[in-house]
Amino acid sequence: MALTREQVEKVSLLARLRLSEEELETMTAQLGAIVGYIEQLSELDTEHVQPMAHAVELHNVFRADEVKPSIDRAEMLAGAPSADGECYLVPAVLGD
Amino acid sequence: MSIIERSAKQLLDDLADRQISAVEVTQAYLAEIARHDPQVKAFLRVDAEGALAQARDVDQRRAQGKSLGALAGLPVAVKDILCSRGQVVTCASRILEHFVSPYDATVIAKLKAADAVLIGRTNLDEFAMGGSTENSAFQVTHNPWDLSCFAGGSSGGSAACVAARMAPLAIGTDTGGSIRQPAGLCGITGMKPTYGHVSRYGVVAFASSLDQVGPMARSAEDVALLLETIAGHDPLDSTSVHAPVPPYSQWIDQPLEDLTIGLVREHFGPGLDEEVNAAVRDAVRIYESLGAKVKEVSLPHSKYAVATYYIIAPSEASSNLARYDGAHYGYRTNERDMLAELDAERKALEAAGDKKAAQQLDTALVRMYRRSRSEGFGLEVKRRIMLGTYALSAGYYDAYYLKALKVRRLIRQDFDKAFEEVDLIVGPATAAPGYKIGEKANDPLAMYLLDLYTVSANLAGIGGIAFPCGFSKAGLPIGLQLQAPPFEEDRMLRAAHMFQKATDWHLRRPPLT
Repeated sequence: MALTREQVEKVSLLARLRLSEEELETMTAQLGAIVGYIEQLSELDTEHVQPMAHAVELHNVFRADEVKPSIDRAEMLAGAPSADGECYLVPAVLGD
Repeated sequence: MSIIERSAKQLLDDLADRQISAVEVTQAYLAEIARHDPQVKAFLRVDAEGALAQARDVDQRRAQGKSLGALAGLPVAVKDILCSRGQVVTCASRILEHFVSPYDATVIAKLKAADAVLIGRTNLDEFAMGGSTENSAFQVTHNPWDLSCFAGGSSGGSAACVAARMAPLAIGTDTGGSIRQPAGLCGITGMKPTYGHVSRYGVVAFASSLDQVGPMARSAEDVALLLETIAGHDPLDSTSVHAPVPPYSQWIDQPLEDLTIGLVREHFGPGLDEEVNAAVRDAVRIYESLGAKVKEVSLPHSKYAVATYYIIAPSEASSNLARYDGAHYGYRTNERDMLAELDAERKALEAAGDKKAAQQLDTALVRMYRRSRSEGFGLEVKRRIMLGTYALSAGYYDAYYLKALKVRRLIRQDFDKAFEEVDLIVGPATAAPGYKIGEKANDPLAMYLLDLYTVSANLAGIGGIAFPCGFSKAGLPIGLQLQAPPFEEDRMLRAAHMFQKATDWHLRRPPLT
């Protein structure tokens, strides 16, 4: 099934990616081919089949609600592109 | 026998007997790395200093009569996708090129507790997405048996390093075959354990319901040694299972009586290389000579496995890789350039009178995310994120993702039924013995089909092991794969060991100079 360029552009925004002209063109074609291949699943009747999200079906794996030490903040912030010792700094979200 | 020719098991004996020191072992392997890795390119980083310090520590403690871990003094190479505190973990991506991990993966902690010598970090396809290491942002790993061929992937670095005798043990990860396929192509033994048997804590996630960490070595005996160290329930991984970890290395020498092995009808169709087919049939005859019965079984939904995988894995990946946004760690785009670019775009739209488009322009934060990710990720990663985002998006979720989850259950049910009749499934690890570097570069779909024999195990959650069963006329290894019901790692190891006692494919050495 062919994908349109508009669809691919929309998906790239959802994916928080920005594709170059060249990438958009190649990717539109390649994704179309892959999607075409995966569409063969529609051949199968799965109306009465339960989806299987996990290989081992565990439920509600909880631990006791006890405070335990976490990772040192300084060590975490050490890898940040931009930080102020307490928080990560990013371009302003609201206003300018 | 030279140090690098000895099995890990033999090395442990020699170290315990004080015939050799841990430092000598590490030096021998470092020398082999210096000799061959410039051609093979299995390693992203070799930690010679750290490794020798760890080795010296083991020797000292042994001399002092202190107790030592089960892998004491053995060099282990680790796929650069497991977090190791204070170490750079790149996942072969520019987006994590300088990322220093603030914590240890559970598997790393276990290896350290076992006194293994962590000798270096091996190459992989970026974020484990690929079957050749051609998607690594840094280098391609060459097959030690034929340097013009790729080592396979995504754990190509780990497979090649073991094959080239640059480490006796290695850790890989397997999401769709990423341990078993390169093990097959490089002529070594590699296992994907049952999902949930080895902790995923600290393993950079690609597809959370499919990823598993696994052991790679030159023999099933050595794989058993490594598996019993890394396996086990982990409270830090809510998907890990409370399954017992038997002493695999102690039980492995017991052959399996009354073994019934299954050949899958759907595995032997067109597309299977004739030499691989012949080698697999020969392997089956070896098992028969060892007393096994052979039955034909069917996995009727086999043909849908790759399609199912290539919906589920990219979908999960699109979610897991959303965290790489340049905000908290990893690569961030140049903010000044980014703001200038946005400004220029806004001005151009306003000048053209397109108010609507000007209003819908990315905010600075969104543009930061988009640029950081696009500049940091390679093409294959972007392709899979796009595929996954599409499959999960509104209007497509039911037709693709939900549908794939249902087919996944059918695939699992096929295995459950087959295992009512046979103890193990035997078949090829890959469709062909080797592929030239660049051969599949422009055809992503062709690359995906390399996973034909391996993806089903990940979808079903069962374990699989690959090991050599022959060589092609061109001198490339041919891999056999065994698959077993959940948590039957012992059965797979004993069956592999039975085969390795009756054959010597796994002892052959690649013709590296």
